[in-house]
Amino acid sequence: MAKQRVVVVGGGLAGLAASMRLAEAEVQVDLVSSVPVKRSHSVCAQGGINYANPVTKQQGDSEWKHFDDTVYGGDFLQHQPPVKEMCEWAPRVIDLLDRLGVPFNRAADGHRAHRRFGGTLYERTAFAGATTGQQLIYALDEQVRRWEVEGRVTKYEFWDFLKPILDDNGVCRGAVVMDMMSMEIRSLPADAVVLATGGCGLIFGRSTMSMNSTGSANSRAYQAGVRYANGEFIQVHPTAIPGVDKLRLMSESARGEGGRVWVPRQPGDTRGPRDIPESERWYFLEERYPTYGNLVPRDIATREIFSVCREGFSVDPDAYCVYLDLTHIDRAELDRKLMGILEIYEKFQGVDPRVEPMKIFPAVHYSMGGLWCAFEKDEATGGLNVGSPRNQLTNVPGLYAIGEADYQYHGGNRLGANSLLSCIFSGLIVAPGIVHHLKNLPHGGVGDQPASRFDGAAAACKRHYDDLVNNDGGENPYELHMTLGDEMTRNVTVVRNNRDLEATVTKIQELQERFKKVTVPDKSGWTNQPVVYTWALGDMLVLAEVIAQGALLRNECRGAHYKPAFDMPKMDADEPVELRRQARRWCDAFGKKNEQWLKSTVAEHTPDGPRICYEAVDVSLIPPRPRTYGLVGAEVIEQTWREATASVVEPKTEAATAS
Amino acid sequence: MDRNFQLVVKRQDQPEEPVRWETFPIPHRPQMNVISCLQYVAAHPVTAEGRSTTPVAWESNCLEEICGACTMIINGRVRQACTALVDTLLSETPDAIRLEPMTKFPVVRDLVVDRSRMFEQLKRVKAWIPVDGYYDAGPGPVTSPADQEKAYPLSQCMTCGCCVEACPQVNDNSDFIGPAAISQAIYFNTNPTGKLNAHERLDALLAPGGISDCGNAQNCVEVCPKEIPLTESIAQAGRDTTFYVIRRWLNH
Repeated sequence: MAKQRVVVVGGGLAGLAASMRLAEAEVQVDLVSSVPVKRSHSVCAQGGINYANPVTKQQGDSEWKHFDDTVYGGDFLQHQPPVKEMCEWAPRVIDLLDRLGVPFNRAADGHRAHRRFGGTLYERTAFAGATTGQQLIYALDEQVRRWEVEGRVTKYEFWDFLKPILDDNGVCRGAVVMDMMSMEIRSLPADAVVLATGGCGLIFGRSTMSMNSTGSANSRAYQAGVRYANGEFIQVHPTAIPGVDKLRLMSESARGEGGRVWVPRQPGDTRGPRDIPESERWYFLEERYPTYGNLVPRDIATREIFSVCREGFSVDPDAYCVYLDLTHIDRAELDRKLMGILEIYEKFQGVDPRVEPMKIFPAVHYSMGGLWCAFEKDEATGGLNVGSPRNQLTNVPGLYAIGEADYQYHGGNRLGANSLLSCIFSGLIVAPGIVHHLKNLPHGGVGDQPASRFDGAAAACKRHYDDLVNNDGGENPYELHMTLGDEMTRNVTVVRNNRDLEATVTKIQELQERFKKVTVPDKSGWTNQPVVYTWALGDMLVLAEVIAQGALLRNECRGAHYKPAFDMPKMDADEPVELRRQARRWCDAFGKKNEQWLKSTVAEHTPDGPRICYEAVDVSLIPPRPRTYGLVGAEVIEQTWREATASVVEPKTEAATAS
Repeated sequence: MDRNFQLVVKRQDQPEEPVRWETFPIPHRPQMNVISCLQYVAAHPVTAEGRSTTPVAWESNCLEEICGACTMIINGRVRQACTALVDTLLSETPDAIRLEPMTKFPVVRDLVVDRSRMFEQLKRVKAWIPVDGYYDAGPGPVTSPADQEKAYPLSQCMTCGCCVEACPQVNDNSDFIGPAAISQAIYFNTNPTGKLNAHERLDALLAPGGISDCGNAQNCVEVCPKEIPLTESIAQAGRDTTFYVIRRWLNH
């Protein structure tokens, strides 16, 4: 019998981790990627990767605290068992990367150096300069190349994923793919398909994401019947620099190494930043969040930047912009730890950030949502049953989702330096589950399928290709994309309201109609990039509706999803008794909000747009609590909440004492 | 500066098709780079003569000079299109920016070339750490900050092709593996675990097309966008292979 094959789509950290682990388990892997895998978007990750490390553990940290920080950071929207398992694996994952040769920065004693990231008080983050993603992906790329030489991995680089192939029982039997050079369309039969296809930043036009982060592969899976969850949770990173072609990230590690965010205390101050004395600078994050300071989680930092800019404190008249200041830090230290991003700033802005504070802007950065997938909880540990074929499995048997393409690990807001971890972890953990799946295939193996199934699937995609190329309605795909990006950025990012969201849903539907009249400006059959782009755009328009519709329906504030109309009650009383009363009202509202909205949005594709339902979140390990991050003035909420929740268990204790 | 400038692009529809030049008028905007010019052309594929044409094919992904995809020849110099800023280029050549595909790789279409040879060369020099497996086996070797600071620059190679393009020894008549692969061999040979099979990489460097084909032109280090000390790697490779040959001879 021929060896069983698995198709892995996407060669970023998740896809590479899955590929090398499957190859190790003697599974034949067909690795499909729209770019040479070494050029995948994971290279853009800068700051580092989190784990409870030997140093932090002596300061009171643990895998449990990493888990707690992650779900608190995610505003409790994640199922907890997979997150717990990930945080427990984290030290082993970083050890593995270390053994694979990743040149992590070192402390004087030769052990790995660490720095602090957002949403934690521990220096939990290992890093390789400010190009950690690049260094990690190279290590995994090298391992997969090794397996390629051994004959266990076959790469399909510059191939685009078009759709999964499903049999009559709804089981995934492979994928249709297209060679982006020769435009050949063919089926790759497989006993399992893994989608490691990343995020969807290009739906927002310009973002910090790479040009292939269109979300089109995820949309194609969605249109084939895979559920898409929590689409409305889009991370807007607080610190990026604008460009005509894209927005470029300035890593959170800049703040982890001591960078400070500020604006002049005087709105519209025309002096250069270096001419503004210390006493006339407003370090608003440090002032409002003295415990976490500049390292509050991204959703909060971004909202605070928006808020001070709306009050007139922006340092750029045309945009929401604040200073990120590194100039007080020793030059050599900066070069050693942040060189990668300093160079980016210097090359694109023409200003040396060691000398002059950086001007930074919020930018769309990450999709917490993604393809819905399952997990199997180990009741004994509260974590995962490792090796279960249900881990990372979508609702389509045989079709798995990992990395940024899945929705599993980050809830309502991702913490910095957790994405490299979730990508690699989900890639590593999907492999043993697939090995199990291959031994117990539902309705027989792919070899039992008629050849016509695969020929038919490829032929259908070829017809789609021909239709697209021959269409001549005159709509310009690049202009449609720009309109979509502007609309999504304006109404579906940091501050959302239902009237605008309704308008956006209508606008997206209009764009979908206009797309039917799209003209591809290249009719050739060789390296036709416009047809690849236009095909992706059609699928982005479908996913955009999922995102906007999810945002419209979710009437609450949670993580990155912020609707002022449904904000928590105000806490503005001066008088202590009234303040306590307000805090109680706040806590009541918090409880009700969780009853109503602590659930994942789950979208199913229909020809009339997404059908949305909700799924309860597994919060069996850490009960949800108010997420204040030590905001000045919110102590009374914390205290009231503690008292309220303590009183639930206290009667028992009292009864025991009384008897 | 609200003015137009011209983007002059060397084009070729397919590998065997003839080469032609096309000129595109680009409206100037602040903070443009060459990528944004090509994006503009994609949306407005009309030449300066007013003739409709196809969008230019080019490779790109990250747009922040970390993926290595968008390497091309810009105003005669090999580099990434994303960090090629229009205002800087126009200060050198005021009215036009010229784009050409790299010449040391087969052209696929327009500015897209086939760099798969570079990835094949990484196989030749076994550019990986030969770990036993992916199960938990504790941390990697303790490494001094000084060693990390030496290794990290070498590990930043994006396989972008600049050094290969600039190297006179890489040509139609040679099988030279080029500076990038040599530097990667040295990178893995200095890793404490990678060192364990250093001899295999040195064998690869001693094979035809290996280190002896380097002509010491030193162009590679000039064009490397990551400022990787490629000539130091090559010098190291020269020393290491020499000692390796002597040792091998003594042991026989």
